[in-house]
Amino acid sequence: MKTLLELTAIQTYIDQYHILQNVSFEVPRGEVTVLLGRNGAGKTTTLRTIMGLNPAAKGNVLFKDQEITTLKPYEIAKRGIGYVPEDQGIFGDLTVGENMRVAMQKEDEATQERLEWILDLFPDLKKFWKRPGGQLSGGQKQMLAIARAYMNETELLLIDEPSKGLAPIIVEKVMESIEQMKEKTTIILVEQNFMMASQIGDRFYILDDGRTVHRGEMEELRVNEQLRKKYLGIA
Amino acid sequence: MKKQKWQNSTFIYIGFIVVLAMIPFINDSRSLLFLIMQIFIFGIFAMSYDLLLGFTGIVSFGHAMYFGVGAYSVAVMMDSNEATVMYLILGLSAAVVIASVVSFVAGILTLRLKSHFYAMLTLALAGLFLVAAEKWRSVTAGSDGFIIMIPDILRDHSTMYLLCLSVLALLFFGLRRLTQSPLGKVLIAIRENEQRTESLGYKVVHYKVIASVISGIVASIAGGLYVLTLRFVDTSVFATDVTLDALLMTIIGGVGTLVGPIIGAALIEIAHHWLSDLSDVHWIFERWIILFGTIYILAVIFFPKGIVGTLAEKLGKRRKQRKKEAEQSKKIAS
Repeated sequence: MKTLLELTAIQTYIDQYHILQNVSFEVPRGEVTVLLGRNGAGKTTTLRTIMGLNPAAKGNVLFKDQEITTLKPYEIAKRGIGYVPEDQGIFGDLTVGENMRVAMQKEDEATQERLEWILDLFPDLKKFWKRPGGQLSGGQKQMLAIARAYMNETELLLIDEPSKGLAPIIVEKVMESIEQMKEKTTIILVEQNFMMASQIGDRFYILDDGRTVHRGEMEELRVNEQLRKKYLGIA
Repeated sequence: MKKQKWQNSTFIYIGFIVVLAMIPFINDSRSLLFLIMQIFIFGIFAMSYDLLLGFTGIVSFGHAMYFGVGAYSVAVMMDSNEATVMYLILGLSAAVVIASVVSFVAGILTLRLKSHFYAMLTLALAGLFLVAAEKWRSVTAGSDGFIIMIPDILRDHSTMYLLCLSVLALLFFGLRRLTQSPLGKVLIAIRENEQRTESLGYKVVHYKVIASVISGIVASIAGGLYVLTLRFVDTSVFATDVTLDALLMTIIGGVGTLVGPIIGAALIEIAHHWLSDLSDVHWIFERWIILFGTIYILAVIFFPKGIVGTLAEKLGKRRKQRKKEAEQSKKIAS
């Protein structure tokens, strides 16, 4: 198992609020690592800290054994980390095609191949290529957000609550796609929907009050009802 | 298909330009041509503002400084040299160079700030330029201003009109091409979601500075043309009113549309001209600025996205509705 990303004793503030108080975890290459926890546990802030949007005040973020803690978001993106935020961040006035083009840092053959692969995975994007992003349905927006984050040479994809606000049938579709993306890239998934997360996740970390309080293989959480009840409030 | 659409709209714009180019040959009234030239010049200025506000989402209260830089560069060049076309070109080139340096430095210093801080700082910078122009009397003649000579060829109103129209057309198509290019799409992405654009690997400040420099250059050309038509310059070219006019022209015409600000400029210049003339009809029109304010309020109420933006939205909705109806009737028929 080779570690792709490593967070050590991360502490992050948003204004005067001490959100992440001690977050540490490792993300192995080629796996789906799921961050779990109740609302306000610090899951989204953890992703934003990795991405440099809320930089860590203390601690280290290592990506491919290189320090990225103090880098700007655009530098982190160029190193191969893609981010799908909770609100999807679609550019509503740009068409699906323009959203995808904006995400491409290069126009080489490899990027073209990635584009073809992702459009095969999300055929709706091909269908609505010329439609403004703002006119897509919630599920289509989510697909576009994931596809867009994957367009560069993304080695690590951070996905924040992809099932939020979507109909169950769409959630299933999105999760199936994420499962297929597992073969191409490493993923950190923040997800409230435990059933879905447990299907595609390989390992998990539980965050509580800005701290990593538990870690393990997904299978362990599936069978440990007590743990689920304690930290996630679900049986 | 896309190419066809692009060509169609381009032909429509070219058609308008041809019609406008014929006006001096149909009616060479000095006041009419002067009014339309002012529309062209402020149309250019408002388009430059639209690149900042409408396409990049930057609110600036100091855009007049680029207009003023352009105006004074041309005026000083023409005043201190012979009034020839060569010196006019040199003056305009100086305007472009100075405006690009000023906008680059101002952009580097201020564009890292959050929008409202940036807006206030640009207001302060423009104020600084106004005070500098007031105090540097040996060059600017302060608020008294000075008259300039212009090249003989431009003394003819029709020629000056055609020059202003040509510059407007060139800059319009140039800016339109820019906003449709990949750079333009990145600017729109920045306007919509700055953090998201940065997370996609773009150094946002870098792109904002590019927009600021291009916008500054275009505004300075508008300033240069302005002094040519007036043959006079004073420090009012740096006044905040000039920026506010550009802001209103852009908002009334429709932000992020390029053609909207030209329409906004036309409406405001015509309203300006017409309302101030009405003072001969009734004393209440001496307070025309109140009516002007009323027009602004009505425009914002009835055209919240500006004239072009609102019309485009309504047309889009109607087209969508027709398409839906056609699909439904097709379904029923089958």
